[in-house]
Amino acid sequence: MSTQLRTPMKTALGLGSAKQGLHHFMVQRITAVALLLLVPWLLWLVLKLVTLDFAAAHALLAQPWNASLLLVLVIAVFWHAQLGLQVVIEDYVHGKGSNLVLQLAVKLFCFLGAAAGVLAVLKIALGR
Amino acid sequence: MSANARPLSPHIQIYRWQIQMMTSILHRATGIALAAGTLVLLCSLLALAAGPERWADVAAFGRSGLGTFLLLGWTWSLAYHWLNGLRHLLQDLGWGYRIEQFVRNGWLVVAGSLILTILVWVCVFAQRGGA
Repeated sequence: MSTQLRTPMKTALGLGSAKQGLHHFMVQRITAVALLLLVPWLLWLVLKLVTLDFAAAHALLAQPWNASLLLVLVIAVFWHAQLGLQVVIEDYVHGKGSNLVLQLAVKLFCFLGAAAGVLAVLKIALGR
Repeated sequence: MSANARPLSPHIQIYRWQIQMMTSILHRATGIALAAGTLVLLCSLLALAAGPERWADVAAFGRSGLGTFLLLGWTWSLAYHWLNGLRHLLQDLGWGYRIEQFVRNGWLVVAGSLILTILVWVCVFAQRGGA
């Protein structure tokens, strides 16, 4: 008599893909398109910042449109970085422990970076 | 060497050097560099939020030798990753896959990234006046 209580059908079902693979691909592309548009704007912003003193730089970034675009940029940058670094680690780091530690470190760094960046932009935009 | 010395699939050192492998490796390398470079973005924003003293520190570091060197490398990484990222998105749409096109737009990305970097830094040096 079989010791397994599950039916053979129950054991066989649900062993396909996790239906999650496309999500990584899509978000990587969506953030890529966002950054494709935002990076030229960032370049314009940085080249302008080079010529400005603190007060003028602060005022420039505090403008609602600039602050909004910066918020989107910060979130897109750290999300895109997390997705990219995740794949690099998956490909080259084969130790189970080191893979886990690195993946965790990347995710925590990216979350922290995004949180700190968003907070800084909000403080510039709303403060003073 | 493992116990049974079966032939392995060829690895990097077996292949003739070609632009296709270079653009792919550089995309990952510049991606990693840019991930580290997010610290530049983060430090600048936090400094601007913190006040004039911190902002002056960031500006001073940006003008230092090491700062300029890092920012130059970061600019090229960004220019390359941006252009090659655009190339990847176009490839996702099925564009530019014929071998001669693939090789040509690979070289275009490499040349374009260098030209963009030079243009940006000509602007920077012109605006911040000399060093």
